[in-house]
Amino acid sequence: MALVVNGTPIEVDDEGYLVSLSDWSEAVAEEIARTEQVELSEEHWAVINVIRDFYQTFEHAPAMRPFVKAVGQALGADKGKSIYLMKLFPDSPAKLAAKIAGLPKPTNCL
Amino acid sequence: MALHTLNQPPGNTQCLERCLNALSDGDALLLIEDGVLATLPAHASRFDAIAANVSLFALQADLDARGLNVLKDARFTVVDDGGFVDLACEQDKVVSWY
Amino acid sequence: MSDKKKVLIINRRAPYGRSNARDSLDVALTCGVFEMPISLLFADDGVFQLLGGHQAKDIGQKNLSANLAALPMYDIDQLFVCESSLNTHGLASDQLDHNPTVVDHNAIQQLIQSHDVVLTF
Repeated sequence: MALVVNGTPIEVDDEGYLVSLSDWSEAVAEEIARTEQVELSEEHWAVINVIRDFYQTFEHAPAMRPFVKAVGQALGADKGKSIYLMKLFPDSPAKLAAKIAGLPKPTNCL
Repeated sequence: MALHTLNQPPGNTQCLERCLNALSDGDALLLIEDGVLATLPAHASRFDAIAANVSLFALQADLDARGLNVLKDARFTVVDDGGFVDLACEQDKVVSWY
Repeated sequence: MSDKKKVLIINRRAPYGRSNARDSLDVALTCGVFEMPISLLFADDGVFQLLGGHQAKDIGQKNLSANLAALPMYDIDQLFVCESSLNTHGLASDQLDHNPTVVDHNAIQQLIQSHDVVLTF
């Protein structure tokens, strides 16, 4: 499978996660979000930055619980809530945010 | 109280020592697989220091397989697979040393 | 919360050479997702998992240190290290990351007694 961003094919796996994390750019994020029917707002971007920082620091994509905690620490307690993340990234926020942020699928996300 | 199982031979001193140091009063120790080699009288002194209230067992099939059933030290009680299950049920947890 | 079993995970293997350390961490993080109370004990060669300054990229593995650093994010903060194992390897607790509590054999016996489930890796 591949996305096409600005004329360049970007390889993704069967579930839509980037095969090569270095392919990620904001334009790629916009395209992944579009295929997931998510329109990225500033609030989305703030969370995407948090999950990318988490990956940088801890070398894995977070499950829901640490994801909520990391968002709360970075953006404030009012945003460190499942309900807030569910609104931005419906169904499975940790998985969807990781996908749009160009990270691997969270392995401990059950 | 816990059932501890040990499957390493006495030559793996680190594993044996780790296991022996983890035993508390009321625990049971069951030697399985190569662990049964430690039932030989030559190794008996290793078990002197452990709590008096720790009961010692060895698995019959593993003793038999290695020709140790007649050589083993008397303080080890021989159990079969059913006895293994009984020990696991009597204790509230199982700790596996390997 | 009180019905959740307390899990003690004992790590006795060095990192990277085998998968034990990685498997153990997977179990710990998964238990963390279910909000189970978890303690980690590092003993024997397992103490090397806590040593600071891992750079595992050139052996094609992820840094275990970076993953262990995430434990507080999963609310796992009960880390213990065996004193005699540190002595065996000539290591001091200030060379370790993640602030483990140093424990002797008696304290290890008590850890085993006070947890409902004990897993060894």
